[in-house]
Amino acid sequence: MNSEKHILTMLVDNEPGVLSRVVGLFSGRGYNIESLCVAETTDPEVSRITMVTKGNAPLIEQIEKQLRKLVNVIKVRDLSGDKSVKREMALVCVRAKPENRAEILRIVDIFRCKVVDVGPEYYIVEVTGDEGKLSALLKLLKPMGIKKIARTGTIALFRESA
Amino acid sequence: MKRTGAQILMEILKEEGVDTVFGFPGGAVIDIYDELVKTDIRHILVRHEQGAVHAADGYARSSGKVGVCLVTSGPGATNTVTGIATAYMDSIPLVVLTGQVPTQLIGNDAFQEVDIVGITRPCTKHNYLITQTEDLARTVKEAFHIARSGRPGPVLVDIPKDVSVMEVDYEPIPRIRMKSYRPTYKPNLKQLQKVVDLIREARRPVIFAGGGVITAKGAEPLTALARKISAPVTTTLMGLGAFPGTDPLWLGMIGMHGTYRANMSVNGCDLLIAVGVRFDDRVTGKIDTFAREAKIVHIDIDPTSIRKNIPVTIPVVGDCRVTLQELLKLLEKDGLEVPSDSIRPWLDQVEHWKNTKPLAYRQEDVIKPQYVVEKLYELTGGEAIITTEVGQNQMWTAQYYHFDRPGRFVTSGGLGTMGFGLPAAIGAQMAFPDTVVVDVAGDGSIQMNIQEMATAVECCLPVKVAILNNRYLGMVRQWQELFYDRCYACTGMEHAPDFVKLAEAYGAVGLRATRPDEVEAVLREGLSTPRPVIMDFQVEREECVYPMVPAGASIAEMLLV
Repeated sequence: MNSEKHILTMLVDNEPGVLSRVVGLFSGRGYNIESLCVAETTDPEVSRITMVTKGNAPLIEQIEKQLRKLVNVIKVRDLSGDKSVKREMALVCVRAKPENRAEILRIVDIFRCKVVDVGPEYYIVEVTGDEGKLSALLKLLKPMGIKKIARTGTIALFRESA
Repeated sequence: MKRTGAQILMEILKEEGVDTVFGFPGGAVIDIYDELVKTDIRHILVRHEQGAVHAADGYARSSGKVGVCLVTSGPGATNTVTGIATAYMDSIPLVVLTGQVPTQLIGNDAFQEVDIVGITRPCTKHNYLITQTEDLARTVKEAFHIARSGRPGPVLVDIPKDVSVMEVDYEPIPRIRMKSYRPTYKPNLKQLQKVVDLIREARRPVIFAGGGVITAKGAEPLTALARKISAPVTTTLMGLGAFPGTDPLWLGMIGMHGTYRANMSVNGCDLLIAVGVRFDDRVTGKIDTFAREAKIVHIDIDPTSIRKNIPVTIPVVGDCRVTLQELLKLLEKDGLEVPSDSIRPWLDQVEHWKNTKPLAYRQEDVIKPQYVVEKLYELTGGEAIITTEVGQNQMWTAQYYHFDRPGRFVTSGGLGTMGFGLPAAIGAQMAFPDTVVVDVAGDGSIQMNIQEMATAVECCLPVKVAILNNRYLGMVRQWQELFYDRCYACTGMEHAPDFVKLAEAYGAVGLRATRPDEVEAVLREGLSTPRPVIMDFQVEREECVYPMVPAGASIAEMLLV
């Protein structure tokens, strides 16, 4: 069966140790974590964890069930497919030689990113988008020389229109 | 009203109906012990914290109540880990209370500090570190609620010393409600209707029950279902006692050391009704050949057990007892009568398997371990609570002692913990002071928690230990004989202590049988002695457990005697 990427989002009790329970479940059972995002929701007692994992359908079903079984996990949903909005943010520190600066700014413009820091030799570019947009941008910036990169990992919400 | 944390803890233990605590004191729990002795809760002082958890576990398995233990921080806490993992694998309700260093020292590598919540996260159903006395009552109540509800399991509560010392205003807590923890007890009736349809069409049905039936107190509706639809029944090791072991529909245990007829029946059935099982690898053998011709119904309270190891036709999430009762109602409403002619050829076939390859051994000049278990069954009339260690002793007990009721067979199934049997017997004896409790042991595993003989003697708990002494780590030796060219790497144990003298040194009674004709007399004397007894049966050294399904083979491919 095909191994596919899935975006799982869950609401959990905002308590110490809860992330460790979730992550420990993945490592203990040999599940894969591609990215992980955690932050408080509007309710300070509840946090949202969004993770990207990989597996075939029965494995994803098992992962969801195992997550639901954790006492601190309130709700789990699979947000894969087009019924959800997905975003990721990255900060990319790219080498900006004088001859490349105009090109970088053009790319930044096309991708609707922002240059958030300018140094004598480097720009830091802020980009937000889905996975496809980020990888397309990185592909274009790579030849210029990417010094450092920080990515948030995917977050997602169900579309209210769906 | 002002109360200290330790006093509040005692209130909660009393509210939860705790009458016995198994434990071992230490600096971090000294305040709790100081309050404990002022209550009428009985404390069993073990000799090692692992023994405390297994004893609480044996108490829980035999009585169906939550087992409670109390240990100190650091090594006291780490010594409980094997016991906790044992209970977790077998879904046994325990509350393990551990002391912790004072909150202001946590994280400073203080004396006897260990992150026990971190250590036990993967082997508890849930665990807590209490950081303020105000949270203690609610947390301990939640711990009991989680331990005993849904699919039960061990819950650990870590209590820093200052939390038990501090005084706070205490108000009793009403019912516990948790927003993220609501186990499903009631099955989906539409799913159950599909089960009725499958039962109607089935010509070769088998019921396959596990520990979940015992936990849910579902033995009665299970037996009723089997009789109603004339389906033969097999169980896992954990399920022994969920169906009467003397019933004509009884197939025996399934799996690696299951009976020929149980394994053949599951292999050949066209409908497998699996109740309260989790399709462990010791049960299924090679997974893609397991019950290949069958439609599978899987009833379990834990959704993760369903479709974890095996695809099923009809999944039903629900409590085993409630679900079986609902299923019986639906069958009644449906007016389904099992057409006996249609199912007769199957029952004949099962009978044929039973008669061609029954469990067997040859009794010669040396004592056969199976003979000891058979005699034990005979002399106790099947009425004893039997605990076991792990390995050959456990499998022979499962094969040759027939359990008619739940709660009579106490064994470490999932984790396979050597050293479980003696402390578990102590716990079971606490729960049932007037019942004969026997630990069927091997000479290897009994030495893993032999120190608990002192506990039994001190607390006047007349547990009996029957050692099937072959001076080998027998099950591993069996594998070496069958699959490793008889290279007995490190499985010989020539220098065991003299168990008779050892028993006497502990203040217990020691008996020994070296010839088959002594077995009955030793058992009779041991069972009728109202004190702890060790019976040393010097058995055939290289006896093997048969049938045996080699690891990775289909359960229909058994090595037989």
